[in-house]
Amino acid sequence: MTKKDIAQILVGIDGNTVLSGARKIKTKLITEINKQGLLDQVSVIETGSIGPVNKGVVIGIYPTREIYGNVTENDISEFIQERFIKGRPYKKLLLPEKLPIEIDLTAYDPRKTQYFGRIVLDNCGKINPEDIKEYIGVGGYEALGIALKEKTPEEIIEIVKNSGLRGRGGAGFPTGLKWSFAAKAKRIPKYVICNADEGEPGTFKDRLIMEGDPHKILEGMAICGYAIGANTGYIYIRGEYQLSIQRLKKAIKDAEKLGLLGKNILGTDFDFEVKIKIGAGSYVCGEETTLLNSMEGFRGEPRLKPPFPAESGFLSHPTNVNNVETFANIAPIVLNGAEWFKKFGTKDSPGTKVYTILGHINRPGLIEVSMGITLREIIYDYAGGISSGSFKMAQIGGTAGNILSSEFLDVPLDFESLRKLGYSLGSGAILIMNETVSVVDFMKCCIKFFVHESCGKCTPCREGTKYIYEILDKISSGKGKTGDLETLKLLGKSMKDTSFCPLGQSAPNSLLDTLKLFPEEYNQILRK
Amino acid sequence: MKEVKITIDGQEVMAQEGKTILEIAIEAGIKIPTLCAMPELGFTPGSCRVCVVEVEGAPTLVASCVYPVREGLIIHTKSERVLQARRIVLELLIASHPLDCMTCEKNGDCVLEDLAYELGVKESRFGRIERKLPLDESNPFIVRDLNKCVLCRRCVEICNEIQQTYAINFGYRSSKTKVIADGDNGLRYSECVSCGQCVAVCPVGALIDKAAQGKGRTWEFTKVKTTCNYCGCGCNFDFNVKEGKVIKVTSNPESVVNGINLCVKGRFGYDYIHRDDRLTTPLIKKNGKFEKASWEEAYQLISDKFTQIKKESGSDSLAVLSSAKCTNEENYLLMKFSRAVLGTNNVDHCARLCHSATVAGLAQAFGSGAMTNSIKEIADASAIYLTGSNTTENHPIIALEIKKAVTKNGAKLIVADPREIELAKYATLWLRQRPGTDVALFNGLMNVIINEGLEDKEFIAQRTEGYEELKKTVLKYTPEVVEKITGVPADDIRKAARIYATAPTTSLIYSMGITQHTTGTDNVLSTANIAMLTGNVGKESAGVNPLRGQSNVQGACDLGALPNFYSGYQKVTDSQVKDKFSKAWGVDLSDKVGLTVVEILNAAYEGKIKSIFVMAENPAMSDPDLNHAREALKKTEFLVVSDVFMTETAELADVVLPGVTIAEKDGTITNTERRVQRIRKAIEPIGDSKPEWKIICELSQKMGYNMNYNNPGEIMEEISQLTPIYGGIHYNRLDDGGLQWPCPDAHHPGTKYLHKDKFSRGKGKFFAVEFKEAAELPDEEYPFIFTTGRVLYHFHTGTITRRSKGLNEIYPEALVEINPQDAEELGVKEGEFVEVASRRGKIKAKVQVTEKSGKGVVFMSFHFHEAAANLLTNSALDPVSKIPEYKVCAVKIQKIS
Repeated sequence: MTKKDIAQILVGIDGNTVLSGARKIKTKLITEINKQGLLDQVSVIETGSIGPVNKGVVIGIYPTREIYGNVTENDISEFIQERFIKGRPYKKLLLPEKLPIEIDLTAYDPRKTQYFGRIVLDNCGKINPEDIKEYIGVGGYEALGIALKEKTPEEIIEIVKNSGLRGRGGAGFPTGLKWSFAAKAKRIPKYVICNADEGEPGTFKDRLIMEGDPHKILEGMAICGYAIGANTGYIYIRGEYQLSIQRLKKAIKDAEKLGLLGKNILGTDFDFEVKIKIGAGSYVCGEETTLLNSMEGFRGEPRLKPPFPAESGFLSHPTNVNNVETFANIAPIVLNGAEWFKKFGTKDSPGTKVYTILGHINRPGLIEVSMGITLREIIYDYAGGISSGSFKMAQIGGTAGNILSSEFLDVPLDFESLRKLGYSLGSGAILIMNETVSVVDFMKCCIKFFVHESCGKCTPCREGTKYIYEILDKISSGKGKTGDLETLKLLGKSMKDTSFCPLGQSAPNSLLDTLKLFPEEYNQILRK
Repeated sequence: MKEVKITIDGQEVMAQEGKTILEIAIEAGIKIPTLCAMPELGFTPGSCRVCVVEVEGAPTLVASCVYPVREGLIIHTKSERVLQARRIVLELLIASHPLDCMTCEKNGDCVLEDLAYELGVKESRFGRIERKLPLDESNPFIVRDLNKCVLCRRCVEICNEIQQTYAINFGYRSSKTKVIADGDNGLRYSECVSCGQCVAVCPVGALIDKAAQGKGRTWEFTKVKTTCNYCGCGCNFDFNVKEGKVIKVTSNPESVVNGINLCVKGRFGYDYIHRDDRLTTPLIKKNGKFEKASWEEAYQLISDKFTQIKKESGSDSLAVLSSAKCTNEENYLLMKFSRAVLGTNNVDHCARLCHSATVAGLAQAFGSGAMTNSIKEIADASAIYLTGSNTTENHPIIALEIKKAVTKNGAKLIVADPREIELAKYATLWLRQRPGTDVALFNGLMNVIINEGLEDKEFIAQRTEGYEELKKTVLKYTPEVVEKITGVPADDIRKAARIYATAPTTSLIYSMGITQHTTGTDNVLSTANIAMLTGNVGKESAGVNPLRGQSNVQGACDLGALPNFYSGYQKVTDSQVKDKFSKAWGVDLSDKVGLTVVEILNAAYEGKIKSIFVMAENPAMSDPDLNHAREALKKTEFLVVSDVFMTETAELADVVLPGVTIAEKDGTITNTERRVQRIRKAIEPIGDSKPEWKIICELSQKMGYNMNYNNPGEIMEEISQLTPIYGGIHYNRLDDGGLQWPCPDAHHPGTKYLHKDKFSRGKGKFFAVEFKEAAELPDEEYPFIFTTGRVLYHFHTGTITRRSKGLNEIYPEALVEINPQDAEELGVKEGEFVEVASRRGKIKAKVQVTEKSGKGVVFMSFHFHEAAANLLTNSALDPVSKIPEYKVCAVKIQKIS
């Protein structure tokens, strides 16, 4: 804290809050503070997402860590008066969540990083994402410096391998191993691609990461470029993510100005530039080979693997594609070491996981928790419990993910535990539903999404999604017939078994889960 | 590649690592059904999912067409899981597929039908959602019924990756996915060039040959394999014959030259065979009108007239025009007829008008005037120098090889052409020289190569002669000097020279843009110079490769339909040769070199030639300065023409004999890469028409010379005895892809590329050639350069393509291609009519405004009798080869209001 600050007001400016007037609130706050003569004591800082969503404009206060939601212009004058003149919390808008604090390993509790340290969201809601100096001020680009000046590319890959970091895009492939493939490939130039085409319904953690801490992604990409021998990085980002794009662009420019990107980074002979490619809103373009097609200007549809991108990716050159969250883990790992990272999470899935939690809960929002935390803990410790009624099911990993019913509440959420159940962790969305939700209607919604998003390349996905929807529609409108459930199961299993890419393979996941978990609901409607 | 052991359906097999499961299964005799894959074309998208198999340990089933094998794989191709999955996939496809199989064109030849039968799928358990898309009948040749489409992508693949037209692709998404043409406005309105490759690969009835609709299904056709009779590519295909009629053409991947590929003319341009205006009986002109006659009458009249003229005015007052559209055997017989029966060497054919400069030039430099390398070698060249050939339109299948070289194999393409031809898009460098300045451009390139020390010194020293003289000449042609002459920037000349000289193999490809000049022979000598200078002759994927225009123009030359050669380029002036033929034919022969095409017509104009026998040629359309040529034909005392239609030349004849198309006769033709291939009789001659070889035999008999063969195979036996380069050509050796000459004996495998260790003439000879301007240059009165050529949809004088319904629908009239700037200055817009006039004639035609034409240059094709480009062209001849200057003359243009 500079000046004689007694407090900092953090205004969370992200894609959600902008729409609620966050920028106006920020201006109003400054005006009001000025009016009250508090300018040298209270500073107003723009930052990324503070955490809670569905709570309008959210602001936080350091060092006291209170969070206020649904802040409107009309509240400001009273708020400043109460909080900073009278010196007491402004109860009307106070939320139960608290701002995160610095990572404090002495207070380490492997289960609850929310309060004791975050890796990915460390700076989110804390620093001004549009000010590179703030990022540098909290240790930003130090990892890049260490990598370039003290480590060989092989050593970097070893560190990432040893950390046990697994891809956060959903599949959980070991990141260090992936990098080593691209590093081995001979052909140059090579490319680093950050997959920021976050299209899974209900998932927006990558957006909030990019909006809140864009430099962390750039730093992670640059370290990756150094490790695999690439000099160009691309961020393939959803066109809808305007604020992310704007902040990333500014971040790239600022980093280039300081010699942290571009030619001869930090005086070394390593060059790395980052460019932004904007997607056009197709879900399947988040699949890495489809993303490559899209980047090359072709129709968004998956490519055959092998060859894998590490061997023949963008423009047929070796390419390493990682998710935003994966890249955000890199600088902390390089800075603190693999052993430090492994203290978080579980043995098979070290580290933390960022989730967006939504649905019938009291406190929807963005959280970062240790891998291995259970669904019950998420709902009751972080989400403030079910908002009305009782828990029925949760969809984890977005529309392509799996359905967990109450019997799964205590399953640890990590790659291995879920894999054992035949499930996957997926994109990081957790949608919690109470008993008012009809399974059949919910499935219709999910499948309709895939009917729309299937790229049309392979038969099972293109045709299968269509016929699954048809059958569900008939069932829900009372025209179902005996055998429909069998047909759905058969079709779903076939799609999983024969589709070309993960879209078609995962589209029936939730359907098959609900058929297994809630057969009586389907049968009830069929019997009507 | 490593051998690995895998288990497939319980059977242990050794397999090459990396091959696909499908390939290994085929090798092991295990059948896996497929739908989208065409491994024979290198296309395995893995998207239909019919070929899925189970690999132990893999989380899902895998597509066998793309899954590579590795050590220890255990594969099940027929497990219940696999069969079930295949059935589901099939049911999903059938659920939206119209089940009108009983009336579907594809019935019996449909992959979906076969799969349903094989997997026992009668109906879909998922119900039916039909697509109800309208038929796309916009293209004259192709009907698209997307309701039947299974989205296998084969059509898209062949259009985009092989044909590289990019007319179609997948459009929309999910269950609305369909193959769309450009903006989804119908095939006709897209970039489509109607090659019909898509029809050839469609596994179902979604893409149908429009003209064959309702005319028969696969089991009703007899397929007769033959060779295309349009351009010099020499593509193979099958005539599909039903009840004595050719219904359609189909291609198959086994064809040596073209694989499954054909162009629009080859695939769809044979409907002329059954046109009702075919000539079906001999016609004799009486009082200015043709009257039907019997063969006997016609033969008698011709025999009487020829005998009389020969007697009165001598043998050399007779002349014969042979044909690049007829077979080798017919060309051989006609030149034999000319020499042995009429007694004159006045025999020539239209090669004079297209590639005589090649024959003359390359024979001088190398000793042999043909394409040095093979078509299939083009794709592997490291660099290609393409000049004076609009390959995409004139040799479409060779253009595919060039595109493959560039886009698949990374070759550098240099295009040197005054017109912005389609292949310019693929070029690393496009040099737009002023028409008629090729020698200067070549000299400029060689200047750079020598100055920068990039010449192949070893090759020059060991395999060539005349280098010092060449060097002296080209050193004057600095890039700056050449820029002034040609308009090509000096730096581009330097870049092109470096590419040419430094690429491991550079293939030079040219066509009539090089030959049809008064400096045609000089141009050809220049191509030989640069190829030898850089050591690019006598090795694979390099060489000097003239693309011959007509299907058998190579063969017609080979078989001696030339005034100075017997078959196999044996000189008429060589007494040993003369004695050999004299002995074989049992007559005395003349050793006086005969007249060339244009000379024959000039002599006719002057009354020196009294009578001409024209076999299937159309000089009244194809020769330069047509007014003069037509006048000359009219002046003959007795003109005989054989052809399949009443051509502009036949109109002028005294006797017209009905010949046949290639569907009605046997024989061989020789393509541009010297490949002798069979054509096979598919149907009986129409009406009273007869194959030309029979006509020549019968006429000879009538004239008292015994010419008696039971079939063309017997003629080839005689040819092989008398013609060393064809010495090993026998019909029984031609069934499997033909043979490339030189093929001296019955055990010789044929020759893929020429001049390997030694040039045909011993050492290759450099000719120092100076640049000379074209005979007629633009001036104030005639300010534009006029240049001519062909277009994709028509052929030669249009005799057959103008009679093909679809071809004529797509390209119905002559167009004058004018640069936008010129058009603006002339005040004309696209589609308006102009009068184009030269010192020799004038024509009226529609304007096409296009960047293809450079400023000051206009282009027209010569296919259209209504606006015959050759009324304007200059008959000035190349002094050596006697080829006329079709590519440059001066014209003026006026808007017609």
